[in-house]
Amino acid sequence: MPDFLTGNMAGTALVIAGGMTALYLARAPMRGVLTDTSSALGSGLRFASRSLLSLRKRLVDRNREVLLSAGREAAARMVEREYERFSDKVHRDLGDYPALHQSLAERAGQLDEDYAKSASQPPEPPGWAEAVEAVAQVPGTSEGVRSQVLESIHSSFKKAGEEAGRAYREDSRQRHKHLHDMAPHWRESVKLLGQVKTRMESLQARAASVDEQMTRFESIHQDTDEAAIKLQSSALVQFFTAGLVLLIAAGGAVVNFHLIARPMSEMVGGNTYIGTFKTADIAALVIILVELSMGLFLMECLRITSLFPVVASLADKTRQRLAIVSFALLLSLASVEAGLAYMRELLLQDELATAAVLRGEASQGAAFLWITTAAQMGMGFILPFALTFVAIPLETFIHSMRAVLGWSASGVLMVTAFTFRVAARLFEEAGKVAVQLYDVAIFAPLWIEGRVKALRGDDLEVVGARRVLKDAESRLKGPAAEAA
Amino acid sequence: MRKLILGLTAAASAVLAGCGQPPNRSTGVYMLIDTSGTYTKEIQEAQAIINVILATLEPSDAFAVARVDTASFSEKDIVAKMQFDDRPSVANQQKRQFKEDIDSFVGGVAPSSHTDITGGVLQASEFLMEKGSGRKVIFIFSDLQEDLPEGYVRDLPLDLRGVTVVALNVTKLRTDNIDPRLYQGRIEDWRTRVEAGGGTFRVINDLDGLALPF
Repeated sequence: MPDFLTGNMAGTALVIAGGMTALYLARAPMRGVLTDTSSALGSGLRFASRSLLSLRKRLVDRNREVLLSAGREAAARMVEREYERFSDKVHRDLGDYPALHQSLAERAGQLDEDYAKSASQPPEPPGWAEAVEAVAQVPGTSEGVRSQVLESIHSSFKKAGEEAGRAYREDSRQRHKHLHDMAPHWRESVKLLGQVKTRMESLQARAASVDEQMTRFESIHQDTDEAAIKLQSSALVQFFTAGLVLLIAAGGAVVNFHLIARPMSEMVGGNTYIGTFKTADIAALVIILVELSMGLFLMECLRITSLFPVVASLADKTRQRLAIVSFALLLSLASVEAGLAYMRELLLQDELATAAVLRGEASQGAAFLWITTAAQMGMGFILPFALTFVAIPLETFIHSMRAVLGWSASGVLMVTAFTFRVAARLFEEAGKVAVQLYDVAIFAPLWIEGRVKALRGDDLEVVGARRVLKDAESRLKGPAAEAA
Repeated sequence: MRKLILGLTAAASAVLAGCGQPPNRSTGVYMLIDTSGTYTKEIQEAQAIINVILATLEPSDAFAVARVDTASFSEKDIVAKMQFDDRPSVANQQKRQFKEDIDSFVGGVAPSSHTDITGGVLQASEFLMEKGSGRKVIFIFSDLQEDLPEGYVRDLPLDLRGVTVVALNVTKLRTDNIDPRLYQGRIEDWRTRVEAGGGTFRVINDLDGLALPF
């Protein structure tokens, strides 16, 4: 820029005036550019926001479908399992019911028989009274003969009475004996009935459990919101629980790694590297990963988990063979680990002895060294089997992760859509502000324009309080003019 | 089982090998011990340092100890040298054997009439280059005062690319006490020579809690 323009006040004023004039002349197109740009950006962002919300809705629906589908599958499996348990229970508890019934019937028969035997036999009514009366009424009989006959009858009566008493006592003794024999049958019957009661109560509890699972299954099958919310909550809990268990398992794997990494250097070299990692460390890691794989296959073959459909679809015989092979490999690797753990202790002692020699000291053997050696060997053998059970939380983690990732993606989409919407509004408002600022920058030409229009009497756009006054004036004049 | 493990490791290695040639992480250490004149009295300190180095070295590392005498550019001056096995147990046995060799040397060391440090450094450089170790370290246990016999030529450039030269226990001579610039000049002279040869130079005089450069 020439110095005469910037070197003094007049020049500066000239530059400002020229700039303002240029901006004033470009006002209309610039307003259009600013308004259109902000409007276009705002519209674009609103469109993006709407698209994201639509995508989120589809994702949420899809998540719900997947969740309900998984829930249906799990609930069906649970119902099936409950029915299996119920069936087992019925077979176990009521399988011997005919024998129990037979036993109860026998006891009842015995009781009935004993009861019948214990019935009282009344003594036969004596016939001697009529005989004595008849003898006493025989006419023409001397007192002596009559007395003799009666004496004879009396002695016979007495004798018969004694015999009847003896017979009655014997009968009573027999009845008491039968009643006594009934007691064990009663006790046995009560015991059997108690067993029946216990089994029936147990069956009722199991039936209630089946009912509960069935209700849950029906609720999920009807795709109710309540079921979906429950499944969401359940998936979230499962995700974190399984994650926690996996973290613990990872800790076990790290311990396992340190048990075998050091002795592994005896096999693959102590100072060789693959990339930035020691070969011995990688070898130890590979062993642990192979153990984990074997554990997964074992769990799949035992149908405890169902991560690999191929394994589940294998024939039972093939699956059993695969399970045996997996277990054999796992056992071999666990044995290797126990050996490596033993070697680790030997190496450690050797290194300590060497260090002692280099320090000029005599190496000292620890008295209870066998305890740490045995503990290391035990851990080396047990940890591979313990890590096998990682398959269960891993499966839960993977299944629940699908739902959790879906929710996370949904949340991200929602936040992004909201951000876009806010940004759209900001751009639109920014466009308006930019137009206003543009007018502020060219306030002088605008003011001149206003004055010129006022002098010409052109339709000057009135604003603010003047517009209110003008509107009121026209309203007041309106009815009077119409009346005239 | 070892074959199985090696096979599995090889499979993992094949995957990781795509990342390129792994760097050589072995260490080669060559220690020169000055046996001239009164410095022979310091040999017990050198023995202790050797033991520290032995304890620090790992399998596959290389270690050699040589004396600095009248003419040191010779394999005959190597007291003990060992390329440790990659198996830790074998490496431990080798370390014990190495210590025994050093002990027997220390017991029968005789003072030399001259001090050919440059010849020893040349020999050390040759040894380390042959071993091809990833890290190369030369320890010079000496007062760095060279005293060559007549006719020996040692004014030649040193090839010490990638080599760290550590001067240990650089004792002050009587003349150094009179003029410390002699001591400083001796150290600076060696620093210049080593750095001109592509190596790095350090001085460690405090042997308590010695921090090894590997």
